[in-house]
Amino acid sequence: MKPLRTLLLAALCALPLACREHVESKSYFGSAFPERHPTSYPEMSANAVLRQAPPFEGEDIFPCSECHDPDFMEVDPTHRELEDPHDTLDPLRHGAGRLWCLDCHDAEDRDMLHLASGRTIPFEEAPLLCGQCHGEKYRDWLGGAHGKRTGHWQQGQGKEVWVCANCHRAHAPQFKPIQPKPAPKRPEVTR
Amino acid sequence: MSPEVSRREFLCTVAGCAAAAAVGGCSDITHTDFFRKRFRELEPDELKDIIADLEARQTAKYGKQTTISTKGPLPGVEYGYALDVSRCVGCRRCEYACFDENNQGHDPEIHWIRVLEMEQKLGINFEESDPYYEAEEVPEPGHFYLPVACQHCRNAPCVKSCPVGATWEEEDGIVVVDYDWCIGCRCCVAACPYGARHFNWAEPKLPAEAQNPNQHYLGNRPRPKGVVEKCTFCIHRVREGQYPACMEACPVGARTFGNLLDPNGELRYILENKKVFVLKSELNTKPRFYYYYG
Repeated sequence: MKPLRTLLLAALCALPLACREHVESKSYFGSAFPERHPTSYPEMSANAVLRQAPPFEGEDIFPCSECHDPDFMEVDPTHRELEDPHDTLDPLRHGAGRLWCLDCHDAEDRDMLHLASGRTIPFEEAPLLCGQCHGEKYRDWLGGAHGKRTGHWQQGQGKEVWVCANCHRAHAPQFKPIQPKPAPKRPEVTR
Repeated sequence: MSPEVSRREFLCTVAGCAAAAAVGGCSDITHTDFFRKRFRELEPDELKDIIADLEARQTAKYGKQTTISTKGPLPGVEYGYALDVSRCVGCRRCEYACFDENNQGHDPEIHWIRVLEMEQKLGINFEESDPYYEAEEVPEPGHFYLPVACQHCRNAPCVKSCPVGATWEEEDGIVVVDYDWCIGCRCCVAACPYGARHFNWAEPKLPAEAQNPNQHYLGNRPRPKGVVEKCTFCIHRVREGQYPACMEACPVGARTFGNLLDPNGELRYILENKKVFVLKSELNTKPRFYYYYG
């Protein structure tokens, strides 16, 4: 009887110890994702994936050079009111009259944009162009105080950084008022 | 009772009968409900049983395969949130994204996020603010908007006021509630200066099609009647690396979530470069939720 009792007692004592060995692991960092540095933004510390800007509105108008070919359509560099603007694009409100098409679009290669320096850049790198005037916003966007991020909050785990044109329309960048979701029910109604 | 029955035998019999009644007798309350310990004292095996039981009950009730995570804090992480007041347009997209994500009661309606409409000429004035504004379009002229949810304070009055220890601050800074330990006294509701805690006055009605089956034990699993609930930074999402639902939903990019301990993170940039403030700083609650003018 006595050895049995001792054995039982020992087993009882060992039980909580055995249970504690299965403490849930808190480790998270598993296999590292391949990290992609956006080549054009060396200042951006977040090794994030840039979200693609949305496609052009309306009909299939890209590549622009299909029509805006210097051999086919003569380039008129005069700053002027357009007689026959694209009706699928927003009317140009950006800059309140201080800007016009060829300030951003390249006259020689219509499928590209150009910086003030004359350097041409593809549409995907448009934030560089926007940042020429909106330097403060550009710096805030790189740092993370401006703009939208989705996906994963951890660096290098699939954070998606939205570019300017994901939220702002290039030709009319100011946000339009939107309809709000309905107000929550007042507690006196629900109770 | 015969005098031969010893005290020991008597107690054993009583305890045995009580256990048998608890296990087999009640239809609704199971063994785990009845003898449950508080969340932080549960052994892994006990927790596994409880989770399996909760998952099975919800899968049967809502007809969706439900998973309830108990994932702990990630090492080296302290969550924080920043909101650009100058960006917010008051569209309430965040409020409803939170509502859908966190299995909030549809009747009575509970919203963890409140978007407060404030008059520009009054500045931040909670007494004159209105979460029930009706508007055709926002932002309304002369107004600005301040979404308020749990501020995840470092010095949280709600945690201090709980008489049973059913709410606490996790290592990653998330203030959580153990819904099965809460006694519904509502001391925390009174203590919170931000109105961030909500009480289930009635059995929360959650339509089956609205149930989100991706859940966390301390987060968005459906709550019973008579307990307090609040924002958990979407604990079931952020501990898996995802952003909270409110941030994903914001159409103007006013919201920023991240790790305060990451020196290269967005939050640290905001804290170092922007005019940042916290709500009711005079109360010394030390929130992890920052507001700024971008």
